[in-house]
Amino acid sequence: MDFLPTLWFILIAVLWIGYLFLEGFDLGVGMLMKTFARGEKERRVLLNTVGPVWDGNEVWLLTAGGATFAAFPFWYASLFSALYIPLVFVLLGLIFRAVAFEYRGKVHNDTWRTVWDWAIALGSLVAAFGIGAMLALTTTGLPLNENGDRVGGAFAWFTWYAVIGGLAIVGFAVIHAAAFVALKTDGDIRHRARRLVGRWMPVGLAPMAVWAIAVALENGKWFSWLLIAVAVAAAVTSWAANRAGREGFSFLAMGGFLLAGAAAIFSAVYPVVLPSTLDPLWNLTVENASSSSYTLGLMSIVAAFGVPLVLAYQAWTYWIFRKRITAAHLPEPHDFAPAVALATAGAAPAGATGTTPTGSAS
Amino acid sequence: MEALEIARWQFGIVTVYHFLMVPLTIGLGTLVAILQTRWHKTGNEAYLRMTKFWGKLFLINFIMGVATGIVQEFQFGMAWSEYSRFVGDVFGAPLAMEALLAFFVESTFLGLWIFGWKKLPAKVHLACLWIAVAGSIVSAYFILVANSWMQHPVGVEMIDGRPVMVDAWAVFTNNTALVAFFHTITGALAVAGGFLLGISWYHLWRRRKDGIDTVDANGRVVVGESATIPGRDKKDHSVWIKSLRFGAVVAMIAFAGSAISGDLSGKLMFEQQPMKMAAAEAACHDGTGFSILSIGNVGSRDCSDVVAVMEIPGLLSFLAHNDFTTDIKGVNTLIPEYQEKYGTHLPDDPMYGARAGQEINYVPIMPVTYWGFRMMIGFGGLAAAAAAVALWLTRKGTVPRSKGLMRLALVGILAPFGANAAGWIFTEMGRQPFVVAPNPAMSGVDQVFMFTAAAVSPGVSAGEVIFSLVALTTVYAVLLVVEVVLLTKFIRGGVVSAMPELDQTKKKDDGGNGPGGEADDDVLAFAY
Ligand code: HDD
Ligand code: HEM
Ligand code: HEM
Repeated sequence: MDFLPTLWFILIAVLWIGYLFLEGFDLGVGMLMKTFARGEKERRVLLNTVGPVWDGNEVWLLTAGGATFAAFPFWYASLFSALYIPLVFVLLGLIFRAVAFEYRGKVHNDTWRTVWDWAIALGSLVAAFGIGAMLALTTTGLPLNENGDRVGGAFAWFTWYAVIGGLAIVGFAVIHAAAFVALKTDGDIRHRARRLVGRWMPVGLAPMAVWAIAVALENGKWFSWLLIAVAVAAAVTSWAANRAGREGFSFLAMGGFLLAGAAAIFSAVYPVVLPSTLDPLWNLTVENASSSSYTLGLMSIVAAFGVPLVLAYQAWTYWIFRKRITAAHLPEPHDFAPAVALATAGAAPAGATGTTPTGSAS
Repeated sequence: MEALEIARWQFGIVTVYHFLMVPLTIGLGTLVAILQTRWHKTGNEAYLRMTKFWGKLFLINFIMGVATGIVQEFQFGMAWSEYSRFVGDVFGAPLAMEALLAFFVESTFLGLWIFGWKKLPAKVHLACLWIAVAGSIVSAYFILVANSWMQHPVGVEMIDGRPVMVDAWAVFTNNTALVAFFHTITGALAVAGGFLLGISWYHLWRRRKDGIDTVDANGRVVVGESATIPGRDKKDHSVWIKSLRFGAVVAMIAFAGSAISGDLSGKLMFEQQPMKMAAAEAACHDGTGFSILSIGNVGSRDCSDVVAVMEIPGLLSFLAHNDFTTDIKGVNTLIPEYQEKYGTHLPDDPMYGARAGQEINYVPIMPVTYWGFRMMIGFGGLAAAAAAVALWLTRKGTVPRSKGLMRLALVGILAPFGANAAGWIFTEMGRQPFVVAPNPAMSGVDQVFMFTAAAVSPGVSAGEVIFSLVALTTVYAVLLVVEVVLLTKFIRGGVVSAMPELDQTKKKDDGGNGPGGEADDDVLAFAY
């Protein structure tokens, strides 16, 4: 009888894991723009490693949100309204990031690029932190009343769990991104990315471990601990593979860490989807938060057809763009003047574009 | 102000904003795909240039649609949690399908198109664009299914006070949705047509002003070229004249399509939401005439002092029923009918907060519906008429030298945008005071409705919504300026802005043209 809600709980967990695995590295690459990349060339290399795929990755978030709305409207409504303020920041972060990816290279001027670099770096940071906080709170609980509405004011969500969740996703994203960059680039930047993974992996992944352990302690099920053990093993494998210079394997093992860690967390809280910290009677569960079995059945059919299709063509995209990227692959930036005759007696060689405010040597 | 009012302002602002980008994305995407197909078919380089130039502008706009769309997806849960709980069983499904079946397709294949210029076989590369465009059209379908369910709730049964989906086929073939889909797509094409027309006019005008193109004694164009102005060769003329005429034809066909689908839409609305259409006419009393101009206080919601100054007798009946004599119910007749069916006061239910027990006003804000309806049709018609004139004026291959006309063509780009925004504002505000509108004349679905006053998130404070409203509006305003500045820069650059290799004023070896040697296939044809 509760087969469909459980199926959808698993599917939503899968969508979140897919999101964190894919957008995890492009959020991380965004954060590396300001700290790790040295100079304009490297920043462009970083951008172009995620260029063709980041938007597709982001749709995993929209699908996770939309699927939650369709399958568990009460979960969607309570979680999103309770976290109003942090989600506004997530939205602003995602907006700035998206626009910056596209607009950064459209004008050749240092100030312009610097502004958008910051937009990418901060937007990625804020979005990763906010999404991490949201995911942590949906497993540890919010002060919800019997109607599922948050009580206690705009900042009632602000707890240690929110901070740990935020750090967990930020930390994971940075390490995951470094592993990705090591896999996707060549030369100096590739080696520095590898070193970053080797040195900082324990620090980056620690908050996720704390979160998983906290949830497992609270809800204690033996397989949660098993999954945590698997996650740790995957992280160690990833680290070792990275040291051995096997970047592809290291990157995939990071995915194994995420999969096992998230599975540990989601399975520990099941069947609760959003606990109320005020009264366990008001918990939202897969039972009381879900849509009718008619709707879930319809969505199951759509998902059975849609999800494999998405996986197939996204995999194909990664295959098409599988080559490592270096600065040599990047076309020189070009600038252009308005296609008009200049007032100064016609002759307008390429250099004389000073009349446009944005035209400058690049 | 209370959270409700602020949340409504917010929804209206961010959605109308999103819908500035959306029709250009849908319309321009389709046209670029057609252009690239023409290039493959004919091998004519002008089409390649058109693909690249309009494609560049398409991408600059596309990203803003993506960025603002994310807000749309989240805000139902954030600001409208009661609404989300109420409609979730039926409304969430099209939203989730939109993401799974449309957004993935759109974003993935567009990524392939952008970065795949040299990497993919030509046919595959073209197919990627078509698939991405199909994705955006499918996305429009799904979101309009969701929206149309709020206008015309079908396929559900009320169980425990919530609509529960029992007939997915009815939801996904809702007649309101099918008509709205057709209407919205044609509206989007009108936007793209006007965009091509205005910008191409500017460039043709510029070529004449710079003395490149001249006209002979018969007024026919004599195409020239310039060695000093980047990209102004002979082919360049053909890019702009082809774009202009293509855009004009698209705009005219699109308007005809909007008129047909809009007429169908109106017929449905007279049946489904008679109050909305009565308010669109500021028609207080029953009658058959379509008002051209009504004076008096159209804004007064009690209707006593609205006087129709100019009316076309019978037209209103024709719009609603295809005959000239059936009386259409006016606002004064409808109010008691609504009161009888849905009550005179909001129920004494905590879900209405301080509004519980308040009297219900069933008449939407009439100046908005009345003028919204007229602006939509008016701006659309204006654009179509302008396109016809443009076709005539450019029949000999170029545009007149008049600067005023050129300015008009550029400003005219805005008219279809205005028509789209006006259409939505009319549709959505005409639905008030309901967020899910009942359809009194129809049996079965009549008891599925929700007052907007009950839809807002109870747990979210006015302060929080003010914060988001201010933050989003500010960011959106700044980004709109940035987008327009960038579009302007690339428009003024002409084709060279998308194809630097065409710049004949640069020396071949100066390296500024991107990938120097043709042999170097490794260089990305397009990169951030
Ligand atoms: C008639 C068409 C239409 C309408 C009414 C709406 N949208 Fe939209 N939306 C599109 C047509 C579209 C599009 C053409 O498909 C966009 C524009 C740019 C793009 O990438 O896709 C898009 C983008 C877009 C995105 C980003 C997709 C991505 O990352 O690729 C989201 C999440 C939404 N929309 C959600 C919504 C919601 C929740 C709406 C209702 C309130 C809404 N849109 C109204
Ligand atoms: C993109 C085109 C759209 C535009 C321009 C638009 C515009 C508006 C406007 C102006 C309002 C405010 C009405 C008022 O408060 O009086 C509104 C409300 C609303 N619209 Fe739309 N809308 C669009 C599409 C949609 C779609 C596709 C949906 C659903 C899928 C939707 C759902 C809503 C909801 C839930 C409200 C609630 C707030 C309210 O009624 O005040 N809208 N919209
Ligand atoms: C003779 C021409 C037209 C007629 C009779 C017409 C009629 C209508 C009607 C009755 C509606 C309301 C539907 C509802 O409430 O659900 C509507 C909505 C709308 N109109 Fe038009 N319209 C016309 C032209 C245009 C043009 C030229 C555009 C844009 C370029 C446009 C864009 C829209 C949009 C975006 C909406 C909201 C979405 C929808 O409900 O379909 N319309 N139109």
